[in-house]
Amino acid sequence: MGQRTPLYDLHLALGAKMVDFGGWDMPLHYGSQVEEHHQVRRDCGVFDVSHMCVVDVAGSQAKAFLQRLLANDVARLEGPGKALYSAMLNEQGGVIDDLIVYLTGSSAQEQGYRLVVNAGTRDKDLAWMHAQAGDFDVQLRERRDLAMLAIQGPKARARVAELLTQARAALIHELKPFQGLAEGDWFIARTGYTGEDGLEIVLPVTEVVPFLNDLVGAGISPIGLGARDTLRLEAGMNLYGQDMDEQVSPLAANMAWTIAWEPAARDFIGRAALEAQRAAGCPSKLVGLVLEERGVLRAHQVVRVEGIGEGEITSGSFSPTLNKSIALARVPAVTGDRAEVEIRGKWYPVRVVRPGFVRNGKTLI
Amino acid sequence: MSNIPADLRYAASHEWARLEADGSVTVGISDHAQEALGDVVFIELPEVGKQLGAGQEAGVVESVKAASDIYAPVGGEVIAINEALVDSPESVNSDPYGSWFFKLKPSDASELDKLLDATAYQAAADADA
Repeated sequence: MGQRTPLYDLHLALGAKMVDFGGWDMPLHYGSQVEEHHQVRRDCGVFDVSHMCVVDVAGSQAKAFLQRLLANDVARLEGPGKALYSAMLNEQGGVIDDLIVYLTGSSAQEQGYRLVVNAGTRDKDLAWMHAQAGDFDVQLRERRDLAMLAIQGPKARARVAELLTQARAALIHELKPFQGLAEGDWFIARTGYTGEDGLEIVLPVTEVVPFLNDLVGAGISPIGLGARDTLRLEAGMNLYGQDMDEQVSPLAANMAWTIAWEPAARDFIGRAALEAQRAAGCPSKLVGLVLEERGVLRAHQVVRVEGIGEGEITSGSFSPTLNKSIALARVPAVTGDRAEVEIRGKWYPVRVVRPGFVRNGKTLI
Repeated sequence: MSNIPADLRYAASHEWARLEADGSVTVGISDHAQEALGDVVFIELPEVGKQLGAGQEAGVVESVKAASDIYAPVGGEVIAINEALVDSPESVNSDPYGSWFFKLKPSDASELDKLLDATAYQAAADADA
């Protein structure tokens, strides 16, 4: 038996097929993951993401601490609730985790940030953060009293706002993309992992079951991890543990854009190693693959680039929106726009593209 | 608890077989199989005219989760394939016993007796779970 979110019984009542995900019993689907995927792109759906870990960072040196801890720079968060996506690196420049950080308090005395980190890396991340916090006036608080739901899709914000108080509806209406704000003891953010518009709502564990009941009662479909994976893959978003891990540089994981090199004086953990890699030229890159023929690309299949070398698929699946198979793959940096993949003993030609195949329901490839 | 119609025979590899009035055998995959596979996205069928032995690979079912070989439950010649299924692979999930893959002219009708009946297949499927 794995760990369970407060919604476990409700998932079963809704007909979920449960699976283990990083030590958690989570819903894979509630009938058809392909249907759930379409529902999110066309309308909206709700995901239980309460297995993820919320860590509040506060104190007079919270900002300096995070500027050391993270490869992206929290100084870029200029307004209340602004958020950014960052890698957290080790000294060798490998990725310990990827996460989102929101600015929650910005007075000189009360600097505050909220981090959301992955479920499977929770213990590792917290141990690392505590170990690095020693030199700073900062307090780390893991928020086990909070749960989280993501409601994603073009109609998500409107449909959720309809069900909430006027104050919360107004907040939702005003939220900018990649911003999260508190209203009472709820925290509502316009972020997500699907490439669609939508919300991620952090709320007390005591309130998440009634809230999911309200959403489902209003006709919003529950969505499982199967669809979550095909949605994020179409959006070109990485999955930690598959597309990158501690042995992988962000430069080889399509995360170079998340590194804040300036100011040069900001000595974040892993900077020296990353600068050396950048100077030498990173030998690999993470690309997108598209299979035009019938078949499914899957993790660990070998990628061959004629005259250049080989790589490997890190994440692959069938894309319901594109009706063909897509993948992310780590390949030699000089790879052009064609390659071949070995599927069950035969080689198939694939198109090589930038990661990101669908955005806001529209195909990019 | 999956659906296992009593009038069909089953292979341990989860194909169902139905003996038709004209002596041909219709083949598909069971409810247990489609449930384990998840959403089916591609199907590869054998060619009409192909001679298959009992237990020989006859095609492939590819789902979001994995690719799975389909085996001929009895030996024979492929006399028909369900082209419509290739265009609507999701039918396998919604209607596994109405979604036939191919029909065989069996080389030895007694091979059907070697297949599992519904009760025996239920036991095999339960052991699988």
